[in-house]
Amino acid sequence: MNGYNFAYLDEQTKRMIRRALLKAVAIPGHQVPFGSREMPMPYGWGTGGIQITASVLGPADVLKVIDQGADDTTNAVSIRRFFARTAGVRTTTRTAEATVIQTRHRIPETKLREDQILVYQVPQPEPLWRLVPSRAETRRMHALAEYGVMHVRLYEDIARLGQVAISYDYPVMVNGRYLMSPSPIPAFDNPKMHRMAALQLFGAGREKRIYAVPPYTEVRSLDFDDHPFRPARAPQACILCGATDSYLDEVVTDDRGGRMFVCSDTDYCAGRRAAA
Amino acid sequence: MSATLLSARELSFAFGPIPALRGVSVDLWPGEVLAVVGESGSGKTTLLNVLLGRLRPDAGAVWYRDEAGHLADVHAMAEPELRRLHRSDWGFVQQDAKASLRMAVSAGGNIGERLMAQGARHYGNIRAAAAEWLERVEIDPARIDDLPRTFSGGMLQRLQIARVLVTHPRLVFMDEPTGGLDVSVQARLLDLIRKLVSRLGIAVVLVTHDLGVARLLAERLIVMQGGRVVEHGLTDQVLDDPQHPYTQLLVSSVLQ
Repeated sequence: MNGYNFAYLDEQTKRMIRRALLKAVAIPGHQVPFGSREMPMPYGWGTGGIQITASVLGPADVLKVIDQGADDTTNAVSIRRFFARTAGVRTTTRTAEATVIQTRHRIPETKLREDQILVYQVPQPEPLWRLVPSRAETRRMHALAEYGVMHVRLYEDIARLGQVAISYDYPVMVNGRYLMSPSPIPAFDNPKMHRMAALQLFGAGREKRIYAVPPYTEVRSLDFDDHPFRPARAPQACILCGATDSYLDEVVTDDRGGRMFVCSDTDYCAGRRAAA
Repeated sequence: MSATLLSARELSFAFGPIPALRGVSVDLWPGEVLAVVGESGSGKTTLLNVLLGRLRPDAGAVWYRDEAGHLADVHAMAEPELRRLHRSDWGFVQQDAKASLRMAVSAGGNIGERLMAQGARHYGNIRAAAAEWLERVEIDPARIDDLPRTFSGGMLQRLQIARVLVTHPRLVFMDEPTGGLDVSVQARLLDLIRKLVSRLGIAVVLVTHDLGVARLLAERLIVMQGGRVVEHGLTDQVLDDPQHPYTQLLVSSVLQ
């Protein structure tokens, strides 16, 4: 911990980020601008999430970091080690033991509790960015809750492909008011956001935006009455633990078409195998 | 006579030192087609933008009567209210269809957009409405999933009209709807507009420099010159017996 303030960021910066977080919690799904700092890692590696984690972390917290569901890949290992070194907090890979969970692209399979905080790393906070090129215009659309254009996109998918073909970063309406990007989690995870007991915080470092979903807030995936939202999942069972309810990663095992499906959430998979 | 749908009183507007509108008053009744004619720079488009609420006049006001009969000052409306008006009660057909259509979205999606913006959430119904409107504007409904870039200029203009009329607006503004199209396509489009407008009872403010278009579509006509209305009246009356020297010049300059 020598040479660093607790959790790397200076206290003034943390205070500024906490103010943005309070505003974000007060207006669920609304993107709050904040003064994103340079972090000792490149943009795109989770600089937004790491700044939020640094601001909410206390000495008694237990931190878990997820990268695509896994605890043992580069992003997860390096961010975990970063906070172990700069904050000296206890880290874990067990979802149930963690009080703060920073995640990239997944929500844990284990149900989260009221005393936990889920921090998402967000590359692109603006759900309308591919449809409306002007940020001034998207802000106005958020202000007036004009989201018809997002449904045009869903309409196009159904007209061309027979179903909505958004498999990740599937847009949601938060609290019946703001359209929100859930960060690139699979659409499979969207229903977990709905009325989740834990506090959900979203940080986009490069885009300098923070937004939040308070506990027990309504989060609905966009759909049509006659084409309801259906989360997609590979129709296999996990080859390691046999789970049929978890999100699966497809792993290519050779160059002759061999492949296997394993749980994306490594903690969930390990827990099931230990219990069996 | 019944109550006006839209009425503008003593509108003035200047671009810096250049006056574009000087005390213009216009009244429009439900279901009526009013043409605004005049040469380039006479203030036609500025008038349209002021009526649409896009430009705030330096003096004067624009009043719109909604379906419930309430009169509202267009320029005193809050932005959400004005935008709601623009996507439901009002429509705007512009000369360049490509600028108003979403070129990367299929014809069906383009027509359905206003419905979805109003909260339609039933895919089957939206699609049925899109197919019906393609048929009404004489485009083969089989092309519902084609992108607008595969359409001809005349078809694009008809698609734009379908996209605007799908929400059954009460008032449609048209800015040179037939500009840039060849003569035979123009004739067909005019025919279509006339048919739709009279059948649906839509009121139209039509801005054009083409007296032929005005004569074919409009019941009433105002002639603008230098930001002023120099003559107004029934279309046939004005065109057959022009009183103002400028109108006489306009009428006589049309090739017979």
